[in-house]
Amino acid sequence: MTLVFACEVVLAGLLVAIATWTIVARTAFAAIVVFMVYGLLLAIVWVALSAVDVALTEAAIGGGVTSIVLLGAASRLRGSKAAVPSVSFPFKITAGVLCAVVSAGLAAVVFSLPDVAPTLAPVAKENLAESGLGNPVAAVLFVFRAHDTLLEKVVLLLALVGVWSLASDSAWGGVPALRVYASPSRILVFLDQILPPIGIMIGIYMFWAGASQPGGAFQGGTILAAMWLLTMMARLQDVPSISARWLRLLLVVGPMAFLAVGLAGFFFADSFLAYPPSISKPLIIVVEATLTLSIGVTLALLVAGPPERLPQQ
Amino acid sequence: MRLALDIITVVLISAGGFFFMAGTIGLLRFPDTLTRLHALTKVDNLGLGLIVFGLLAQVESRLDALKVIAIWLLVQMSGAIVSQLIAQATRRLGRQT
Repeated sequence: MTLVFACEVVLAGLLVAIATWTIVARTAFAAIVVFMVYGLLLAIVWVALSAVDVALTEAAIGGGVTSIVLLGAASRLRGSKAAVPSVSFPFKITAGVLCAVVSAGLAAVVFSLPDVAPTLAPVAKENLAESGLGNPVAAVLFVFRAHDTLLEKVVLLLALVGVWSLASDSAWGGVPALRVYASPSRILVFLDQILPPIGIMIGIYMFWAGASQPGGAFQGGTILAAMWLLTMMARLQDVPSISARWLRLLLVVGPMAFLAVGLAGFFFADSFLAYPPSISKPLIIVVEATLTLSIGVTLALLVAGPPERLPQQ
Repeated sequence: MRLALDIITVVLISAGGFFFMAGTIGLLRFPDTLTRLHALTKVDNLGLGLIVFGLLAQVESRLDALKVIAIWLLVQMSGAIVSQLIAQATRRLGRQT
């Protein structure tokens, strides 16, 4: 038993313990805080598995964005008059049994995998040079499985439409309030004066490095979103109205650029989402840059939540 | 030289780990929010600082050293600001548990 193996066992044990804790936690707030820890720990597990790209995404999305959206939801629930419906005991038991059955099924599937799992990794690696990218993960995302990536970005937009549709009729087209997250304070303003220059640089670097190293549009976009949210929470920048023309444009520019490049593939390469080999890298960079921007804006607005008041004239 | 650097790393990182443990025990045992914050920030800074110093003895290039120091500074900053925000919230809510 090597030291590395021992570390992995401890890590896996911790992960299961923390996952259990999120379920048994008494209050929503405690459960969410533990969920955040769970996301960060899972990121460490991905690093241990040498999947640094996944680790970055897990830390940014699982530990970061998801947790803050949940915190906002919990805070809204606490403030609302509507009582949370109590759940009867048989219902809880049924839910528990169903969850256990799903877990057992998943475990059975995982354990019945053949020793050498079927994989396309060698094929992807062989054709890596043709994609013009150095990072195999980026090559899979933007070249080999580009349609998955395109759909994923559209799903993100649909999620935002879902959040916006929670707005009351009178506030439609208005401004998200952000007050569930932070009350303005001088410390927040101070943080906001020093962090964004560094954060924006790291965000852009992550997108740029994504072509040859771990990183990419999603990770970079998340950091940009965090910086933008910070300036809005510190009240150094107004929250935009969701009907602002420039905002709508930023939301769709990434998916639209991706789609346009994809459709152009019909004419200039042999199929949908195929790139002409001579300019594949510049095309991918343009698509990734616009996607980074769109992802950043979308995630920030997902966190900001539904509009609550009309813009001041 | 290599051996000396390795010894420095092991000593510094062990010391850092010790401070992390002390801070965690403080976090669990201290009676109210402000004293817990005290344990967390004071000891956390020291622990992380020692670990960063220990890692600096192992870096391959100046750029790597700068990256480690940048991480250290960013964590320092977030730690200091988050503890201020929590302390402020505690005062505002008047809750001491």
